[in-house]
Amino acid sequence: MIYKETGQYNSNYRSDHAIFPLMQDKIAFSLLMLVAFLFVPFVVDSYWEKAILVPFLIYSMAAIGLNILTGYCGQVSLGTGGFMAVGAFSTYKLMTTYPDLNIMIIVIISGFISALVGILFGLPSLRIKGFYLAVATLASQFFLVWLFNKVPWFYNYSDTGQITVSERTMFGVPVTGAAAPPYATYLFCLVLVVVFGFAAKNMIRSKIGRSWMAIRDMDIAAEIIGVPPLKTKLTAFAISSFYIGISGSLYFAVYLGALEVTESFDIMAISFPVLFMIIIGGLGSMLGSFLGAAFIVLLPIVLKNFMVDLVGLSAVTAKHFEITIWGLLMVVFLIVEPHGLARLWSIAKEKLRRWPFPY
Amino acid sequence: MRLKKLLLGLLGSVIAIGSFLEIASADLKFPMLVYRTGAYAPNGIPNADGFVDYYRMINARDGGIGGEKIVFPECETGYKTQVGVECYEKHKEGAMVFQPMSTGITYQLIPKATADGVTIYSTGYGRTSAKNGKVFKWIFNAPATYWDGASIAIRHILKQNLGNIKNKKIALVYHNSAYGKEPIRTLETLAKKHGYKLMLLPVDHPGQEQKATWLKIRKSRPNYILMWGWGVMNSVAVKSAASIKFPMENFIGIWWSGSENDVLPAGQGAHGYKALTFNAPGTDYQVHKDIKKYVHDKGNASGDGSHFGTVLYNRGLFQAMVQVEAARVAQKMHGTSKITAAMYRDGMENVNLDAARMEQLGFKNFSPPFKNTCENHGGSGLAAVQQWDAKAKKWNMITEYMYGDSDVVDKLIAEDSAKYAKEQKIALRCN
Repeated sequence: MIYKETGQYNSNYRSDHAIFPLMQDKIAFSLLMLVAFLFVPFVVDSYWEKAILVPFLIYSMAAIGLNILTGYCGQVSLGTGGFMAVGAFSTYKLMTTYPDLNIMIIVIISGFISALVGILFGLPSLRIKGFYLAVATLASQFFLVWLFNKVPWFYNYSDTGQITVSERTMFGVPVTGAAAPPYATYLFCLVLVVVFGFAAKNMIRSKIGRSWMAIRDMDIAAEIIGVPPLKTKLTAFAISSFYIGISGSLYFAVYLGALEVTESFDIMAISFPVLFMIIIGGLGSMLGSFLGAAFIVLLPIVLKNFMVDLVGLSAVTAKHFEITIWGLLMVVFLIVEPHGLARLWSIAKEKLRRWPFPY
Repeated sequence: MRLKKLLLGLLGSVIAIGSFLEIASADLKFPMLVYRTGAYAPNGIPNADGFVDYYRMINARDGGIGGEKIVFPECETGYKTQVGVECYEKHKEGAMVFQPMSTGITYQLIPKATADGVTIYSTGYGRTSAKNGKVFKWIFNAPATYWDGASIAIRHILKQNLGNIKNKKIALVYHNSAYGKEPIRTLETLAKKHGYKLMLLPVDHPGQEQKATWLKIRKSRPNYILMWGWGVMNSVAVKSAASIKFPMENFIGIWWSGSENDVLPAGQGAHGYKALTFNAPGTDYQVHKDIKKYVHDKGNASGDGSHFGTVLYNRGLFQAMVQVEAARVAQKMHGTSKITAAMYRDGMENVNLDAARMEQLGFKNFSPPFKNTCENHGGSGLAAVQQWDAKAKKWNMITEYMYGDSDVVDKLIAEDSAKYAKEQKIALRCN
């Protein structure tokens, strides 16, 4: 009844090709944006900011990046942690070398530096495919983390290899460093995610995205119909790494503020979780990137808070339960819907369209 | 309808429990960041048990601190920095002090806690230059720092070689993280001073894989090995050293690499392994009798009670004791039992644990006396060497408590903290 498209006619190509062709979706999305931009900043406290919203946005950004490469272009990558580290360390070096540069510009430049590194490590993808490519990108993960740990220039010769952010402002409000108010860091990440989220969505719907998908579905066929594999694969690597680099930059500058490469960009800390995000969320789906990030980042926290604060379990028992339940849910989701949460959502939408008269 | 009822019921219970928590937060809150799971659990569990038993004992014996009960919610970090941040944000409201039990989390929390006005007490770990209270107002790392530890280990080696260690080879096997890298600069500076050769051998997290490290040691045969390890890394290293027949008395661990869990797996092979310490092992102290009487005999022991009296359990007691003592000092200074986080910091800065006070608290000869001042947040810097007796399965103290090389260490601390103050634009205190 509510979710019904009857009576909505698209009379031109423009409205037919809109991101949200249905009026209800448009309204829902606009409401979400209104809440995110105009309501949440006023109520967000530092727990919601540091533990939930900012990590969610940053991981969503990384998941979009990996989804472009793996979900849309079909190139499996385990190098996410390494590319995020490139973003983080570029940010650190730029911040310390050019103290007057605006933080937004630094974040974007860090993204471009990651894109360059991504192209470099994407070169082997022309020759190797599938699992073998996963192993090659795994090498990039280990190499980059090793590099940032081994060469002291990257961490300005600090004793411990720790890099620490200094305070930077946007419009006079600090967005990095400990003094940054919760709304500022949240909005900073939100703006970047929304802008680049739309950019990604539109790229996917345009020529470049369609050529990625052609390569993913069958690379030989794609080549025969005139999609250049070199250019296509490398743009996928570049754009994917750009997104991942920006998320790494935010991860360091806005979220953690101080980090150490081996721990923060460990394969178990970044690369695998982000891969799980897009698998659980849905390969080749924008919505899936967000749902997957929410599942991986938020579910443990929700489970923990539920079990410790409401059920009253001890922290350690809750942790054991959390690991078990989290793993179980992951298996269950993958059995119920191997195409991810995004697919579940679209099934739900189909059902809603027919409700209350299913046939 | 059923769903609606269920949801309403759930909502009701959320509100009920929420209001219950409100009441509880009026007491003195000492949140605990613990890790009873993961690769560092073998070290995390006994330490956390020490804390919990001590707080329970204080609550049961004295009815809390100055009449205020201690609440100590645990938050499981798994030694992970990100989770540590979440735990900190969750519990910082009304918290007196955080004990991150991880150098990585400590680095993370230093700027945050400074901005929020919460005390961080990193007992013998964390950022060494936080000893400089002029720069690090909210951070304390008494009674000793890693740089003290490094120079004490070298001092011990010097003593054994009658003051001459020129051209000796000393290897540092370290956890490849901020924690393990802490002593490097000091050891390098000392190498210039004493003329020994330093070999750096990093071990990656979690530390299970050390084959390459020990192969290198077999090849280059260092005279001494120092270790900055934690969690499973310790026991794997001790086992590996035993299996290549490295003379164990020349293998010295930092105070975080000297617990029973680290040496027991190596069996007789670990005999003679040395480690630094700033607290004694054993159960012969008054505080243990009190814990036995008020906590264990009532069936309230944390965990299964099996870690009672082990090195890390006792260190937990010591850490908890200092935190409780700081609250007492703060209550006295400000004349109220209901202290705030800012008052608590004042208390921590004026903690004076001399021998007499230690005895009153049931810690006679347990640890060297120390006091904090405005300038010095790092305590005395005293540590001793203990040696493992694999036959009797116990640690024996083999030296007196020693000072580090303050000529070298103080200079490095001044440099590093000045750099931090400049980066973060911190005005110096205590003038």
